[in-house]
Amino acid sequence: MEFIVNNFNYWIYVILMMIGLFAMIAKNNLIKKLVGMTIFQTAIILFYVSIGVKGEGATIPILSYEQVHGTHHVEEADHAGEDDSHHAQADLPEIDARTITNPIPHVLMLTAIVVGVATLGVALAISQRIFHFYGSLDEDVILAKIQKGDG
Amino acid sequence: MVEQFPILIELCPLFGAILIAILGFRMPKLCYPITVLAMALSCAAAIGTFMMMLASPSGTVIYDLSGWGRVNDTAISIEYRVDALSALMLVLISSVAFLNVIYSKVRVAQETPSKIPHFYILYLLLVAGLEGITITNDAFNLYVLVEISSLTGYALIAIGSKRAVISSFNYVIMGTIGASFFLLGVGYLYIKTGTLNMSDIRSIMEAIPDDSKAIKVGFMLIMIGVWVKMAFFPLHGWLPNAYAYAPTATGALMAPLVTKVMIYIMIRMMLSVFGPEYVYETLGWTDVVVTLSTIAIVAGSFFALSRSDLRKMLTYIIVAEVGYMVGGAWLANSQGMTGAIYHLLSDALMTFCLFMVVGIVVSRTGDPKLTAFQGLYRKMPITMVGFTIAALSMIGLPPTCGFFSKWYLLRGGIEAGQYHYVGALLFSSLVNAVLFFRLIEMAYYHGAHAHGEPIRDEDHEQYRMHGADPDSQPKETLANAPWSMLGPMLVVAIGLIALGVFNSTVTEWIGQVVANLNVLEGAN
Amino acid sequence: MEIVTSIIPLLACLASLLAVIPIVVFRKSPNLREAATVVAGVAKLSLVLTMLPGILSGKVYEFTFIEIIEGIPLQFRVDGLGMLFALVASSLWILTSFYAVGYMRGLKEHAQTRFYSFFAISLSATLGVAFSANLFTLYVFYEMLSLATFPLVTHNQDKEARSGGRTYLSYLLGTSVGFVLPAMIFCYVKSGSSLSFTELHDWSGVLDPSAALLLLLLFVFGFAKAGIMPFHSWLPNAMVAPTPVSALLHAVAVVKVGVFSVIRVFTGVLGTDFLSTVDVATVVSWAAGATVIISSLIAMTQDNLKRLLAFSTVGQLSYITLGVSLLATQAVQGSMLHIPMHAFGKITLFFCAGAIYVATGKKYISQMRGLGRAMPWTFGAFAIAAMSVIGLPLTGGLLSKMYMIWGAANAQQHALLAVYLVSSVLNGVYFFPIVYRAFLGKPADGEMHDRVKEAPLACVIPLVITATVSVLLFFFPGVFFELTTLMISSKS
Repeated sequence: MEFIVNNFNYWIYVILMMIGLFAMIAKNNLIKKLVGMTIFQTAIILFYVSIGVKGEGATIPILSYEQVHGTHHVEEADHAGEDDSHHAQADLPEIDARTITNPIPHVLMLTAIVVGVATLGVALAISQRIFHFYGSLDEDVILAKIQKGDG
Repeated sequence: MVEQFPILIELCPLFGAILIAILGFRMPKLCYPITVLAMALSCAAAIGTFMMMLASPSGTVIYDLSGWGRVNDTAISIEYRVDALSALMLVLISSVAFLNVIYSKVRVAQETPSKIPHFYILYLLLVAGLEGITITNDAFNLYVLVEISSLTGYALIAIGSKRAVISSFNYVIMGTIGASFFLLGVGYLYIKTGTLNMSDIRSIMEAIPDDSKAIKVGFMLIMIGVWVKMAFFPLHGWLPNAYAYAPTATGALMAPLVTKVMIYIMIRMMLSVFGPEYVYETLGWTDVVVTLSTIAIVAGSFFALSRSDLRKMLTYIIVAEVGYMVGGAWLANSQGMTGAIYHLLSDALMTFCLFMVVGIVVSRTGDPKLTAFQGLYRKMPITMVGFTIAALSMIGLPPTCGFFSKWYLLRGGIEAGQYHYVGALLFSSLVNAVLFFRLIEMAYYHGAHAHGEPIRDEDHEQYRMHGADPDSQPKETLANAPWSMLGPMLVVAIGLIALGVFNSTVTEWIGQVVANLNVLEGAN
Repeated sequence: MEIVTSIIPLLACLASLLAVIPIVVFRKSPNLREAATVVAGVAKLSLVLTMLPGILSGKVYEFTFIEIIEGIPLQFRVDGLGMLFALVASSLWILTSFYAVGYMRGLKEHAQTRFYSFFAISLSATLGVAFSANLFTLYVFYEMLSLATFPLVTHNQDKEARSGGRTYLSYLLGTSVGFVLPAMIFCYVKSGSSLSFTELHDWSGVLDPSAALLLLLLFVFGFAKAGIMPFHSWLPNAMVAPTPVSALLHAVAVVKVGVFSVIRVFTGVLGTDFLSTVDVATVVSWAAGATVIISSLIAMTQDNLKRLLAFSTVGQLSYITLGVSLLATQAVQGSMLHIPMHAFGKITLFFCAGAIYVATGKKYISQMRGLGRAMPWTFGAFAIAAMSVIGLPLTGGLLSKMYMIWGAANAQQHALLAVYLVSSVLNGVYFFPIVYRAFLGKPADGEMHDRVKEAPLACVIPLVITATVSVLLFFFPGVFFELTTLMISSKS
């Protein structure tokens, strides 16, 4: 039980994914398939977002003014005359990484959402064409028409 | 300029696509030259990158996107990394795409006259996606590029006939499932390693205990994802219809490249991300996967035998060939891996050549069935030269490249003691022999003889009367295909032989990768 | 053994391949086209002959193209056996060219340019096999030969040709891809990356007897051109080809390439010494022995002359395989000698069958009663050649058969010795009635041979020459004998 509760984010994404997968494979209506596809992709997005979370007290990855500038002068004085790259590296303020959620999965998911939207767009356009050609969005009806030689 | 070659490979088609989007709709005539130019530049850049790779002492070229620099020798930005394997793939993809553009001219204007700019934009984006997949060293970027190439691929197929639209929809569903699994797998790797750079994942993972479940799940998800995408039997359902009903130029581009690039991803994941020790030793899946690929080869061959539609037949051969390569890569020895990679190249060229030939034949005779080949040795001799070479290569006769890829694969199979895989390879060669000799035979008999009637009497009577050889004058002539279609096909046909004759050079390059990546000898 | 690097083997092999260009260029003027064939034939033979003195004095000519796979160069090496085979094939090509001119023109065949082109390509492939220095090179040319002969076999392009062609290719390609290729790669893997015939591999300790047996069977059946049953039926089916093709290719080049490859496997790849230690070759001996007897029996039932000759060829080929599988020195030498002896005899028989067909249009033995009186030269040659194939005195066939029998006796294989003797009798049983009826029989009812004349001179002269050579070989087997001795001595 504890195992399930502690990892509830994984369980939710798996359940959502299975719902989506079921719809993609078992539904006859093409649009329902696409709904399933969207659920499927959203499940993965949720999974990614949830892995960026870190315990309690972690906050959004935005640095306050003090965090950046408070240490800035000291560092500059210490390392005057060093080369640029090292300079920039040394400039980085000392921050406890545990207090900040990991932003990268979230950023990645922005891209993944875009990809998902694009996929859905293409798929909808294709289903529109299917409807245009076959006058139906039901897989069985379309298959029957193809078999009759209407393909 | 020179050091920018790796990115130029991808930028050329991207900017070409934008240029067509701006100009092409008003001036459709510009689409073709722009695409040719973009692909030619991309191809040149790929060859340039290849040279850079050869010249570089480490055998790899590393390019940081937008120059973000490095911290502690790790890339902050997305990193492009070219080693021998990706360099070969880049040259292959860009040259196939370049030749196919030239080839596409007539067919695109015939098949989809109202969608010329659409076609070329999608085409360029697809190629950019495929090239990106082979060059990038970032796991998430890889996913995005896979989706770019897939999305454009769906649309390119859907441009075609009524049936193509349905197949394209199925492809969307299956493709999305595959890509999503891949993405999930990458997520698990990210959880464990905290990086997306593939080389870094590898080095960090070495410190993680072997029995980590997350990594195992990640690997499994990634493999299932790419197997769906590469149409590894029994996950192949989407492929045959999608490629068979696609417009000619689309089929000729996607059939050879898309599955191969997915196999490339698999090999890249096995060699560069997880490492051969992990894949072959820790997991212990080799026997299972090789058995699966044996089944794939046999099943693909059987399906191919039962098809009477030319392109359907070819697509099932692709399914069988995917089995060759997956099996070769999983034999767990360097011979098998070399064979798989070499076959990647040679099979791409063979499939490309055959799809071009079939495109020419179907467009000239209007018959998509096998019977279209009747009497073609007389009617379309140049096309048939290309066909014969490609067919011999498919069967695996020397000196074509198909023979040598089979040689390495068989050798790997024998060394690994996987005799069922060896048997399946031989079986599939024999099936290919049946399939292609059926066509060659049909093409060889002609006119009245095509129906099995003897030539002797009336024809020879004519010969006596007119003093002319009855066969020197075909009764009907098919206007020969335009040179924009024949030229690229012949180049590829010559390439098939050249790749075969110089196979030791190519395998030497491949050997660099395989040796660098430290494939275990005889680990089983 | 002195090794000379020389381009001559390559030139000899290329001579006929290059002839394709003039043949195609002059397709409109038959005389020039056929002249090109003959010129190429003469050039080829002279190139082969220039190497002969060197070979006889113990030299070996070598030519390497490139190393095609790690450890395997695409390489020619001319030794005694290769020379022997090349000599037979290239000299008979010239005669066949003349014969083909007479035959093809006499029947006004179609697509003659294609015919001559592929004929020339086949000859190149044959010499390629003869000169191969390793199994890989041999395999390449072996496959090339299968493909190049396909248009020749199916020349008539009718229903029969189509089914014959299918059988032909499916047997030859099926066995070579299915059996030889894996066996070859297996050898390559086990021998440590080499397939050369001269670097005799020490297989003891590498292969256990069962593996050796499997490998041997894969090779012997895989080289289906050697026609061991049950992989023989391509040969009778290939008889739909025009007679010059049957004569040169299916009595000499193609089938001899098969047994040549088998001999190479025994002597060069697995090695007779190794095989005699594991004692597995007897299986091949029995398969070959059975083929000899069965094919002779089938030949007796044939009425179509060419099919009879085909079954006779199957039997004779198995003599050679049987001889080499006995592993005794004399038997191996006899096998090698049988290549030229049988070649000259059998080509004569085919020439005769073709000449009869050109002159009278008859294919069946039952129609040939009394024909000998109308065509004395043809049937005279037929009788001599039949004697040679049976192995009667005063013909070359006797010598090779004697050696093989001697070897069988030495190897203490009395049952197999009996095979040789019984089959000789059987050969006589199916050949003599033909000759007897042709000269002494009465034509069947209503058939008159009054108007029958000999075939065109271009057909008759070659067959008289080959028949004469069959006799001369009995008295002067010198060159061939020395070449085979070279092989035997270099092995032991």
